[in-house]
Amino acid sequence: MAAIEARGLSLTFTTRDGPVQALYDIDLRVEPGEFISLIGPSGCGKTTLLRVIADLEHPTGGEIRVNGTTPGEARLRRDYGYVFQAPALFPWRTIEGNVMLPLQIMGLSKAARRERARQQLALVNLEGFARKFPWQLSGGMQQRASIARALAFEPQLLLMDEPFGALDEIVRDHLNEQLLKLWAATHKTVIFVTHSIPEAVFLSTRIVVMSPRPGRIHDVIDCDLGAERPLEIRETPAFLRIAQRVREGLRAGHSYEG
Amino acid sequence: MRASAALPVAVVSAGLIAFWYVAAIGLNWQVVADMQARAGAAPGFGEMLSLTLSHNRPLLPAPHQILVELWNTTVALPVTSRRSLVHHAWITLSAALTGFAMGTALGIVLAVAIVHLRALERSLMPWIIASQAVPVLALAPIVIVALGALNLPDLLPKAIISAYLCFFPVTIGMVKGLAAPDRLSLDLLRTYSATRAQVFWALRVPTSLPYLFAGLKVAVAAAVVGAIVAELPTGAQAGLGARLLAGSYFGQTIQIWSALAAAAIVSASLVGLLGFTERVVAQRLGARAG
Amino acid sequence: MTGVLALLVALVGALVVQRSSRFEGGVLGLLAPLAFGTTLLALWEILVVGYEVPMVLLPAPTAIANRMAASAHILAQDFTQTFLKAVLAGYIIGCGAGFALALIADRVPFLRQGLLPIGNLVAALPVIGIAPVMVMWFGFDWQSKAAVVVAMTFFPMLVNTVTGLAAAGRIESDLMRSYAATHRQTLFLLRLPAALPFIFTGLKVNAPLALIGAIVAEFFGSPTIGMGFRIATEAARLALDMVWAEIIVAAVAGSAFYGLVVLAERAATFWHPSIRG
Repeated sequence: MAAIEARGLSLTFTTRDGPVQALYDIDLRVEPGEFISLIGPSGCGKTTLLRVIADLEHPTGGEIRVNGTTPGEARLRRDYGYVFQAPALFPWRTIEGNVMLPLQIMGLSKAARRERARQQLALVNLEGFARKFPWQLSGGMQQRASIARALAFEPQLLLMDEPFGALDEIVRDHLNEQLLKLWAATHKTVIFVTHSIPEAVFLSTRIVVMSPRPGRIHDVIDCDLGAERPLEIRETPAFLRIAQRVREGLRAGHSYEG
Repeated sequence: MRASAALPVAVVSAGLIAFWYVAAIGLNWQVVADMQARAGAAPGFGEMLSLTLSHNRPLLPAPHQILVELWNTTVALPVTSRRSLVHHAWITLSAALTGFAMGTALGIVLAVAIVHLRALERSLMPWIIASQAVPVLALAPIVIVALGALNLPDLLPKAIISAYLCFFPVTIGMVKGLAAPDRLSLDLLRTYSATRAQVFWALRVPTSLPYLFAGLKVAVAAAVVGAIVAELPTGAQAGLGARLLAGSYFGQTIQIWSALAAAAIVSASLVGLLGFTERVVAQRLGARAG
Repeated sequence: MTGVLALLVALVGALVVQRSSRFEGGVLGLLAPLAFGTTLLALWEILVVGYEVPMVLLPAPTAIANRMAASAHILAQDFTQTFLKAVLAGYIIGCGAGFALALIADRVPFLRQGLLPIGNLVAALPVIGIAPVMVMWFGFDWQSKAAVVVAMTFFPMLVNTVTGLAAAGRIESDLMRSYAATHRQTLFLLRLPAALPFIFTGLKVNAPLALIGAIVAEFFGSPTIGMGFRIATEAARLALDMVWAEIIVAAVAGSAFYGLVVLAERAATFWHPSIRG
């Protein structure tokens, strides 16, 4: 069973300035265990597509199935974890409290919640910070905490919307490495929205290049760099070839109007 | 008000008015029933309903009774008549507006001084903030009596109380507004070697306008309350507060409610006028339309 | 002679204020406002006593202090009647009702859209004028004053709570949706905590309103005790020292009340940028 299956998916927003076609005729099939990057310029629909998968937006045409059922059902079954562009941690809860939030909503006992939270924080290397408050942590650490929270209830599907966009390059590299290790260890399906070509090529098994107006898929590129990927892989010819192909795809789909 | 907000407001308002009628019927029932019993009459349900809504000393007048009284004491009377609500409203309004003008002027001057003189800020601001917890209106009798002993025209003590109530929101709002420009804009002007006066007029004043208007709206409502309350302690003969007092002494509920309605109309109009001015000013300064 | 003394005190005071303005925060930070207040008090005493200002115009601080000591039992009675009964009861009921209606309006968006503009409008009206009506409905005792306080505190609390409940961020709300959280869970885990800063703004605004409402309501008629009653009658008898004594009690009570709400705010919204600095 495919993790995600979209056929002819469309979404048109009605705005004050007229209808905007955010998604047009999207066909995509994602198998379990893949790491898919959605990359494209602003307005290409990559975030909208992610939100449709998460049942945070509703399509106006075509069909989409998540884990064999509708996105709404998948959401109610808590099949996925969502990581936003901002950490969105609740400032009145400790880091531990924030990671425990989804577990509390799902009704786990206090002891079970605490245990799971501890595990997830260890996974993202934040054990010592469980009792701290979000504002006491740096941006990178907050984002790590939000990833720990998304993993807390162990969903098979992870949806990430430019999670590292607000961080500086050094922290970003470090978190990319950690994310890759996490993925290799847990075999989750990841849909990852990004602006950054090196990030997309480094992390993914497949890259979906999208273009705007209307938002559609321009190209799908296989990224067969193997399972073991140290940061140095970014200088190898194979990597650069794929990055070049992504860049061409972006340029072809990009327009400088308005 | 945006068009989309008009429908819910209209519906909720209609609901509230309907609720008012039901409450009026409920509250006035016993009084009317007693009166009818004493007169030996036994009216039917329908007649009781209309009686509760047209009683001349109701516990709760119906909205139409208030409207009729308003009409009778405003439009139907010459403005110079001593019973005219317009006359009373003007007495209160003139005191409120005088106080508003004085308080606003003082508040702005004080705010400008506080923002530019550190010594004033450190010594005065804590007292200004602390004084918000003091029941200023309780000072009204003192002011009336003290100034009354000095034989000043009636308007002045009331205006002073209104001014006292006004100057706090205006000062606080203006200080916040004048100090609101962000670091980047201030640094930019520093690179132009702008003088303090230039920074004041080019940056601080435009930035402070939203805060000033917010403070002015609170102040004008406070000024009206101040003028009304100031009419109470000495049993003034004219003004909306005086009407309220007279109504309560003689049990004339409809008179009380119509004075209240007049006060509400005065306040709401002033706040609305300020809101309109604010929008006009904001648009001239390039704010987005709605 | 008096003039010279006053001038000296003013100069010394101004100097101390100027010097102590250097300090920011902490105990030393209190020096400037304290110096200002003390100077003002000293000037008041000197000028009133020196120029023999009649008591009907402005009593001297020492005269007021004496009066407070002599009439302590009356002050205590009035305080109980006005503050402990009318203010507290009215504040709790008014704020509670405003909060409850906001929660109800939260469930019915149509109601909320209609109530908010109306609430804003009413908050600008002289609600205190409703005092004579309340006396008619509830009698002369403290209950009618409490009713006035309820009317005055209800709308600011309603408006602030409704605004606060809309304050939760878009991303945080999406997060709760992604967890398939129920409306109740989202309310208790996200929207109420996010609304606390606004709720406390309402509570802070209402504290002085409640005190003023209760005192002024007594101007319209009261049994023979109460702070407003005392102020009105003593002012009419030109015993301004007693009036000032009552005002001071009211001011201290008002400040303490406000201070308590601020303390509660600090504890409950420790996480808000404006509190953690």
